[in-house]
Amino acid sequence: MSMPIPPLATQAGETQTIDAPTPDGGPSQQRPPGLRLVKTNAGLLISPLIIVGGALALYLNYQWSDKIFQDIRALDWNRNLRPQLEQHLSITLWSTLFTILISVPLGIFLTRPAYKRLGGPILAVATSGQAIPAFGLLVLSFAWLGRGPWTTIWALTLFTILPVLRNTMVGLEQVNQSVIEAGRGMGLTKFQVLRQIELPLAVPVILAGVRTALVINVGMAALAFLIGGGGLGATINAGIGLSRDLVLITGAGLTALVALTVDWIAALIEKALRPRGL
Amino acid sequence: MTSSPSSNGDNGSTVPADAPKTMIRLEGVGKTYPGTDVPAVSELDLDIPEGEILVLVGPSGCGKSTTLRLINRMIEPTSGRIIFDGEDVTTVDPDHLRRRIGYVIQQIGLFPHQTIAQNIATVPKLLGWDKKRISARVDELLEVTGLDPSIYRSRYPKELSGGQAQRVGVARALGADPEVLLMDEPFGAIDPITRDRLQNEFLRLQGELKKTIVFVTHDIDEAIKMGDRIAILGDQSRIAQFDTPERILAYPVDDFVSDFIGSGSTLKGLNFERVRDIELVHDFPVVDSTTDRTEAQRRFDASDEKWMLVLDAQQRPQRWVNGTHLADTSKPLDQLGPRVSATVPPNATLHDALEELLMSNAGQAVVIDNHGAYLGILDVERLADVLKRMRSEAKKHYDQLAATQEADDRAAAHTDTHGVNA
Repeated sequence: MSMPIPPLATQAGETQTIDAPTPDGGPSQQRPPGLRLVKTNAGLLISPLIIVGGALALYLNYQWSDKIFQDIRALDWNRNLRPQLEQHLSITLWSTLFTILISVPLGIFLTRPAYKRLGGPILAVATSGQAIPAFGLLVLSFAWLGRGPWTTIWALTLFTILPVLRNTMVGLEQVNQSVIEAGRGMGLTKFQVLRQIELPLAVPVILAGVRTALVINVGMAALAFLIGGGGLGATINAGIGLSRDLVLITGAGLTALVALTVDWIAALIEKALRPRGL
Repeated sequence: MTSSPSSNGDNGSTVPADAPKTMIRLEGVGKTYPGTDVPAVSELDLDIPEGEILVLVGPSGCGKSTTLRLINRMIEPTSGRIIFDGEDVTTVDPDHLRRRIGYVIQQIGLFPHQTIAQNIATVPKLLGWDKKRISARVDELLEVTGLDPSIYRSRYPKELSGGQAQRVGVARALGADPEVLLMDEPFGAIDPITRDRLQNEFLRLQGELKKTIVFVTHDIDEAIKMGDRIAILGDQSRIAQFDTPERILAYPVDDFVSDFIGSGSTLKGLNFERVRDIELVHDFPVVDSTTDRTEAQRRFDASDEKWMLVLDAQQRPQRWVNGTHLADTSKPLDQLGPRVSATVPPNATLHDALEELLMSNAGQAVVIDNHGAYLGILDVERLADVLKRMRSEAKKHYDQLAATQEADDRAAAHTDTHGVNA
């Protein structure tokens, strides 16, 4: 594989403030800690405000609107919204989990020197797989696996393998060769180098891929209702079917809030797992 | 069996006769990459003496780094045997072998996600040392390499300057106190001033540690400075000359070596001789500043020199005077002529002396003792004599080696025929 793989864009509000060492080899400039904290955590602090504000807006909108019987029924928390929310989250989490379980080991395997040459073709297949519209993939899975949430989960898993796989490979390949050489030269085994050096150093890039997958999944889970998978898409659909704006807006708004929350939690995890010293 | 440092590496090369015990021996070690006919390193015989710095030096692409990496089997040799402290390690588990050999590379390769302490603890941890011992060792190594443990232990590599990072690199390589250290252009990426300081510190450290070190560089000056012995490598790591820096400078065996060490090698050789080891000019005209003027004039006339040295009451050189100065009787002797500026102590190198000599008005370097008192004069002729002597000594050494080698060969040939006949 001669072409370097570009990593997928990382999400906004990220903590990408790696201090590059100054060219003359002098110690890198230390910014005052206060400023640094504000700068890197701005995104993490703003998101919850937006989420809380949005939730409040949705709730007040619901309270103040003129409601008819269908609205109340469709937006009943215990009968509809809560189960849909649970389905939505479970579809998102399971599909992301499966994606990680498949992509990360595959990415590790494809960056080992002996199998490196397989990396190009497999990545090419995965990339063209990405070209299939997610909706098409959902319908194809439905034709193959039948109705139900698991069909959605598998379809989404398949769909999000690429970002995680690609970022795993990029993350491992961008590890400075001299660091690996030094590790091997001191007598670390290949496995020790992978576990103690390569993977920790690849974590930020891999997690960026996982976060991308999460965001795709939480959005795509809104289509799960089409094949009987449930999720908040059902409420949106009900709103369209009933021509009730309140139902539509509440469903869509909730979906957006869930997406924002999931992304925020992913950002927190990303920050927590980023090795110190990077 | 030690024999001659062969000139073209065609019949192998081993350590000169005065070398200490061999720590690592390479026997016909070579590397040919799959798919190529030309070996990257053709069969190399090399004895690495214990407790010394052996520098592998050669032009880019000569395979010196590859040779270094063959020793700890970062590159697996395709032929030959590696003997480590009497033990054949050609087929042992390379990971275990490497834990016994320190390894420093130009890019250093500190683990960026680990603190300095964790970096240095890498090999001790692999060897299963307990925490207390590791922690004590880390502090000791930081001290030894000139980094304050209380400051640097918990820092991360990105917070270090290039020079500090390389110190940590050396400390990490010394982690579990290996007998052998392999260093691949360790100071190559560091600015000249810091490099010089690190080199000096490293030499001082080596003076205490007495490790067996194989040091790769492409810089002949660094090789001369760092090496107890130097192996000059040509294409495919063939040894062109293997000897002490003094002898290589005094007597390059062939054109390749003399081209590589470049012009000025003779001058570089002056770094290895000290003023105290050579015979000074003692019959140079010298007067006390209080000497009677007619007596001073008489001494000056009696000598062939164009200058005379005026000393003060403590025998310290004061002024250079010549005939014109002496003719002026209006001033005392110690106010005539230019001041003596060029003085060298006995432990200065001849290189320093030459520099002083060239700057002096009289074309002489004045040698003084530790109290500043006059000892003698060093002039260009003396330096030229020293160079001639160094050269002829080195030549004699090589002639002797060639003679022994010839005798050995004859003896070997005799045994061979004998063997065939039997």
